[in-house]
Amino acid sequence: MDNKLKFDFRDLAKLITKIENDRLGAEDVLKNIYKENSETVVIGITGPPGAGKSSLTDRIIKEYRGLGKTVGIVAVDPSSPFTGGAILGDRIRMGDHATDPGVFIRSMGSRGSLGGLAPATIDILNLMKSSGFDVLIVETVGVGQSEIDVMSIADTVLLVLVPGMGDDVQALKAGIMEIADIFVINKADKDGVERLVAEINMIINLNRHRLEWEPPVVKTVATENTGIKDVMEKISDRDIWLKNYGTNVKADRLSSQFKQMALDRIGGNILAILEERGIFQNWTLEFSAGRSNPYKALKELDEKLKIEWSDK
Amino acid sequence: MSRKIRVLIAKPGLDGHDRGAKFVARALRDAGMEVIYTGLRQTPESIVNTAIQEDVDAVGMSILSGAHNTLLPKVVELLKEKGAEDILVFGGGVIPDSDIPFLKENGVQAVFTPGTPSEEFVNFIKENVRKDG
Repeated sequence: MDNKLKFDFRDLAKLITKIENDRLGAEDVLKNIYKENSETVVIGITGPPGAGKSSLTDRIIKEYRGLGKTVGIVAVDPSSPFTGGAILGDRIRMGDHATDPGVFIRSMGSRGSLGGLAPATIDILNLMKSSGFDVLIVETVGVGQSEIDVMSIADTVLLVLVPGMGDDVQALKAGIMEIADIFVINKADKDGVERLVAEINMIINLNRHRLEWEPPVVKTVATENTGIKDVMEKISDRDIWLKNYGTNVKADRLSSQFKQMALDRIGGNILAILEERGIFQNWTLEFSAGRSNPYKALKELDEKLKIEWSDK
Repeated sequence: MSRKIRVLIAKPGLDGHDRGAKFVARALRDAGMEVIYTGLRQTPESIVNTAIQEDVDAVGMSILSGAHNTLLPKVVELLKEKGAEDILVFGGGVIPDSDIPFLKENGVQAVFTPGTPSEEFVNFIKENVRKDG
């Protein structure tokens, strides 16, 4: 076990379970151990299903281990909206690291969250950050166009794309294409690579006026370990850039992270109170009976909240 | 507090047949569990490390190579070594009935041979996983 790591893996794993299953209890754990550790590099890996996110993650782990760095990974796969069950298969591509004492991998089901991460992912990354890992990697579920939660927790977001997945209108759409700090074109031995590079460069050019960091484009074949050194070089460039100019980036990220946490908390609390007092159930009955509708109820809720807030 | 059952489904040893393992993984998913699936040719050491990092409630292993009498008790032993004997261990695959008593004596809590209806192993897990946090 690496001395820098502050937890035994079994204890860490159990804490993660606690955080995943008990969102309020998580706070009690985290408020005492949370430390904004600027030394930890947090890398987000996102992209469509089958783009090669797990294979790329596997290679990146290997590179960092070669440098003697400890690596923690959180890999999210989708939960079934019907049963809540999930098959978490990201480890299949990371099998080589299962017995490495410097690597900790945790798979998570998305549990109803739609932003590409799981509800507890931020908390778990914060826990792992406080545990002293040198590098943290978060792999999102296979995403489409607007699952961009990862940008609120990662220093560097790798967007993994593959050639031949859509015409250039796809590339113009807002959302996922805008959160990339590094574009990785994986399976670059397939047809259509140059076209995809050209499309990405076009987007970068269109956005150039408002970009502080200009995202590089790297070509890889992760399964053959081609291009991985280039990826590592770009991640390291990005680290240096963040150290020199990234104070605002980090501050913005913490602020949007906290905004989300506050929203979840306040929203959850208000819903709980409404349900406790039977107001919520009552509204639902009124809706069914046609005596009220959701918009009228929202207005009422707004009024109620204004009164409650101003009283205290 | 909603506690989700997490299960590791692994294929130890050298045989390359994972249909049974995938069938079990799907059935458990459909029963609302989170299933960590690690693919073929896992060593007992990697299975145990994975079980610990993923903090699973149960480990299910499918073996068709005939090496079950070595591999399954080895996983039980390593879990115990790491203080994780509360994790339920079960096996499946081509395992002769005559080997089952030996496996059970060595800490494998259940063995499901081909043809077992999925309700049987789903219920087994639900009834036998640890109930604490």
